[in-house]
Amino acid sequence: MPEPSRTSGARPDTVARTLLVALFVSLLCSSLVASAAILLKPRQVENAMVEMRRNILEVAGLWAPEAEVDELFESIEPRVIDLETGAYADDIDPEVYDPLAAAKVPAQSVEIPSEIDVAKVGRRAKHALVYLVRRDGEINRIILPISGYGLWSTLYGFLALEADGNTVSDITFYAHGETPGLGDFIVKPAWRELWRGKRTFDDSGALELRVVKGRVSADDPLADYHVDGVSGATLTGNGVSNIIKYWLGDHGYGPFLENIEAGESP
Amino acid sequence: MSTATKRALLKPIVDDNPVTLHVLGICSALAVTTSLLPSLYMCVALTVVAALSNAAVSAIRHVLPSSIRIIVQMTIIASLVIVVDESLKAFAFETSRELSVFVGLIITNCIVLGRTESFASKNPVGLSFLDGIGNGLGYSTILILVATSRELLGAGTLLGYTIFPNAADGGWYKPNGMMLLPPSAFFVIGLIIWAVRTWKAEQVEKPEFRIHEVHRTEAL
Repeated sequence: MPEPSRTSGARPDTVARTLLVALFVSLLCSSLVASAAILLKPRQVENAMVEMRRNILEVAGLWAPEAEVDELFESIEPRVIDLETGAYADDIDPEVYDPLAAAKVPAQSVEIPSEIDVAKVGRRAKHALVYLVRRDGEINRIILPISGYGLWSTLYGFLALEADGNTVSDITFYAHGETPGLGDFIVKPAWRELWRGKRTFDDSGALELRVVKGRVSADDPLADYHVDGVSGATLTGNGVSNIIKYWLGDHGYGPFLENIEAGESP
Repeated sequence: MSTATKRALLKPIVDDNPVTLHVLGICSALAVTTSLLPSLYMCVALTVVAALSNAAVSAIRHVLPSSIRIIVQMTIIASLVIVVDESLKAFAFETSRELSVFVGLIITNCIVLGRTESFASKNPVGLSFLDGIGNGLGYSTILILVATSRELLGAGTLLGYTIFPNAADGGWYKPNGMMLLPPSAFFVIGLIIWAVRTWKAEQVEKPEFRIHEVHRTEAL
């Protein structure tokens, strides 16, 4: 396309020059982006770590804005568990164990059978890192890391249960990429408030806890197990339901919760 | 300050404002202005990107083949936006979570590409840099006005500090929740445009058509 008014008029745009300029700009821009990403990575990882710990403290009910995150975190007991048996695996140091990294190592992880992988987790580590809050030596709250697919993105969060393993005390998501202003209702305090006191398993042991479409109606017999969804963000709500279904199921924390209930995992 | 410098830097603030005159950059102006702090970060981010991308495009304007100029400009803008976004994630983590995708969306902000294409590709580096700053300031002026009115009327606070004591906490101010919803940003920007065009009548556009009364005999 001729552009007579442009400054390059004196020298015609040859193919060689076009390619050269494109190459030069691409190289320069990619090195700029790459160096920014590498130089800033340590700080970002640090921020993400603090954010994760802050979320754990929040669901633990221990969060105090004026206190240091690391200091508060000392009152929380991280424990590694074997997901298959639900027993503590104390031979693994919880300080250094990273379940998300382990999920990528074939020897340390298992493929989730597709028919039960409702939350599209793919692979999960054989061992999980849970957090316990004790009061007078007794378990007071159990904090379970949860993850899975929403509408656009993988959600990472924590579900906190009361000591009976059957009552929700809080839920939080510390990383997600859901639609701002719509799907991000999952991090809103008002919605998290709805989870408090909800039940997980009914008397027959079936998992009933889930997010419903719209509001939970007053005559819903399972109102104690159902949480309001947000219209316009149904798929994000379904994603949360699937995450709960997988992680509280037999392939997730089911065996561990049974041990807790039976008093076998003090 | 020479006249050209002054023009590049100050004209976009009122006389040639990218938001009120050209009505560009509205998407982010609606999205991030519910409170003042994220808006301030957004202003700084856009100003930095606009200034640096203007300077970069201007620096290569003599060698830039016109057939690939838009994609080259987009590449430069996108790279700068990523750098700004990564820096926010490293140094202003909380705010970067609040701004979420909107920093990334600076890439598609018409103000930035508009200035590189219409100004930086024809003017020297220093002047283009100042033009970027100027347009960033123009955008910032509007964003700060909108965010201040929305946070103040919508929550009774500014930068999180209580200005109007909230009725729910025993004060006298009952927050107007609608100010925190996206439509109110439209109203506020509309009011600002109206005010600016009343003050600077030359910014009023000529109507493209006019409804006028037709006498019955004329119509026949």
